[in-house]
Amino acid sequence: MSAYQQQILILTGINVISALGLSLISGFTGQLSLGHAGFFGVGAYISALLTTKAQLPFALALVVGAFSAGLAGLVVGFPTLRLKGDYLAIATLGFGEIMRVLALNLKITGGPVGIRGIPHSTWPSTVILLAVLAYLLLKKLIDSHVGKTFIAVREDETAAEAMGLDTARVKISAFVIGAIYAGVAGGLYAHYIRYINPSILGFMKSIEILCMVVLGGMGSLPGTVAGTVILTVTPELLRSVSPLISQYRQVIYGVLLIVLMLCRPQGLFGGATYKRERHVPAWKLWGRRESANDIAQR
Amino acid sequence: MGNPGAGLCARPPERGFPMVFEQIINGLILGSTYSLIALGYTMVYGILEMINFAHGEIYMFGAFTGLWLTLTTNLPFVATFLLASLAAAALGFVIERVAYRPLRRSSRITVLISAIGVSIFLQNLMLIVAGPQTRDFPAKLSIVTWHLPGGVAFTSLQAYILLLVVVLMAGLQLLVQRTKIGQAMRAVAQDREVARLMGIPIDKVISFTFVLGSGLGAVAGIIIGVYFNSVDPLMGMLPGLKGFVAAVLGGIGSIPGAMLGGLILGFAEVAGTIYMSSYKDAIAFCFLVLILLIKPSGILGRSLQEKV
Repeated sequence: MSAYQQQILILTGINVISALGLSLISGFTGQLSLGHAGFFGVGAYISALLTTKAQLPFALALVVGAFSAGLAGLVVGFPTLRLKGDYLAIATLGFGEIMRVLALNLKITGGPVGIRGIPHSTWPSTVILLAVLAYLLLKKLIDSHVGKTFIAVREDETAAEAMGLDTARVKISAFVIGAIYAGVAGGLYAHYIRYINPSILGFMKSIEILCMVVLGGMGSLPGTVAGTVILTVTPELLRSVSPLISQYRQVIYGVLLIVLMLCRPQGLFGGATYKRERHVPAWKLWGRRESANDIAQR
Repeated sequence: MGNPGAGLCARPPERGFPMVFEQIINGLILGSTYSLIALGYTMVYGILEMINFAHGEIYMFGAFTGLWLTLTTNLPFVATFLLASLAAAALGFVIERVAYRPLRRSSRITVLISAIGVSIFLQNLMLIVAGPQTRDFPAKLSIVTWHLPGGVAFTSLQAYILLLVVVLMAGLQLLVQRTKIGQAMRAVAQDREVARLMGIPIDKVISFTFVLGSGLGAVAGIIIGVYFNSVDPLMGMLPGLKGFVAAVLGGIGSIPGAMLGGLILGFAEVAGTIYMSSYKDAIAFCFLVLILLIKPSGILGRSLQEKV
């Protein structure tokens, strides 16, 4: 395996771990988060600071980084008690941006330059092992009775509450677990690339991860993995096909997102319904007016 | 060896009251552009309950069209403004038709991702068409600087901008409160289904809302482009997000709220620039988190009872 292929493999693994975390928050619990890169960044920065400044062993730094991200998830999770839907999405977006501005300005995070000279401790075997472990743990969780509570909150929060479910606790635990996943991914990333800067906290990074989850299908674990692999590997393949495509890559990316939402909003593996959505491809509705029946459906 | 006192003595008018005055004007201008952007968000949200993530890109598109018209034609500046807003309005119309309307029955996240797709598409298309560099925006106006007593300077450009914003806001308020289409917009915002039963062509009203919001967004883009003399393909991202924050701050769905929210944000940011300039971009989001925690319906918004 060439070094280049190895790099793609490692980045795919890291993205899988991060996307699994978001899959729990958004796909299974239905809380749209646009600040996932914030958690990723907390994990990356904290673990990198611990290995470079405090000379802690990598494994310990990774764990502490992940728990710091989890703590951030707890902090972000609290507003979710009061916020729903779009408001929550914007609040998480705000969290991500605040994290980015902090990293950009604090002395300890190195400002715009970031942290350099992070020891190289992430190996392909580490990533594969952790990705598989992350997948199995999440699957175990989703299949358990706790997992059902996440899905209940997604499907109908009011009904879930009426059934005696502590929805606030469910949502916060989703955020904490999801953030821990992102934190682990961030720590691995920092110790593979070996330098980090505030751009890893950007809004676009959060969107990239969200797109992986949505492409695969909200509420599907194999879908999340498939979406992540596709969106991590395809750009690399396109890069080598032709320089023209490579130039238009981001433009094509945007168009693909729109087309995907129009034709297959449930994603590739989407089996789970998201809020009583009927799976009529949008192109069949072109130029059609909303009928009374449609309104009743909603 | 530099004399530490020299710089201070050379620029006395920039301290004390003149500086405060200048910052107030800056705050007003920045705030009113946020208001213009926020209006586009708030009207669309009021009617469709969706965040039009591509709104920042419409603002950017408006600024670029204005720049392009300024550089290639000899039109008067007012015509540039008008044509660029029309072009942006057309773009808003097309976006709604292609990327949002077919998804009107879908879940929110689907529409949101589609909007993000539009945003990524427009941003990167402009990066390819116009290049990543920041450009100057030469205004074709003869700018006069008035020196008021007390060392205060005030340019005609600032006066034009403030006048334009006041006219636009008053016009919008009249349109929404006094005209038939405005009444239709308010009806659709209140209850889309009932509005349809009353015979209001809601598709047309929604298109009109996008056209109106996009036109206002483009005006904001040109104002910022001319005032700060810089235009670049990524310029829409942060003001777009902040415009949304302004809308939430004032109470989403409320037009006076959007105006107020924009002004508050503008002043807060200008004040922030003085005291802790590097954290300027975080101020908006701290405001956002605070308002969402204290009063999620915003300053002038009404809290809605959730329908089960």
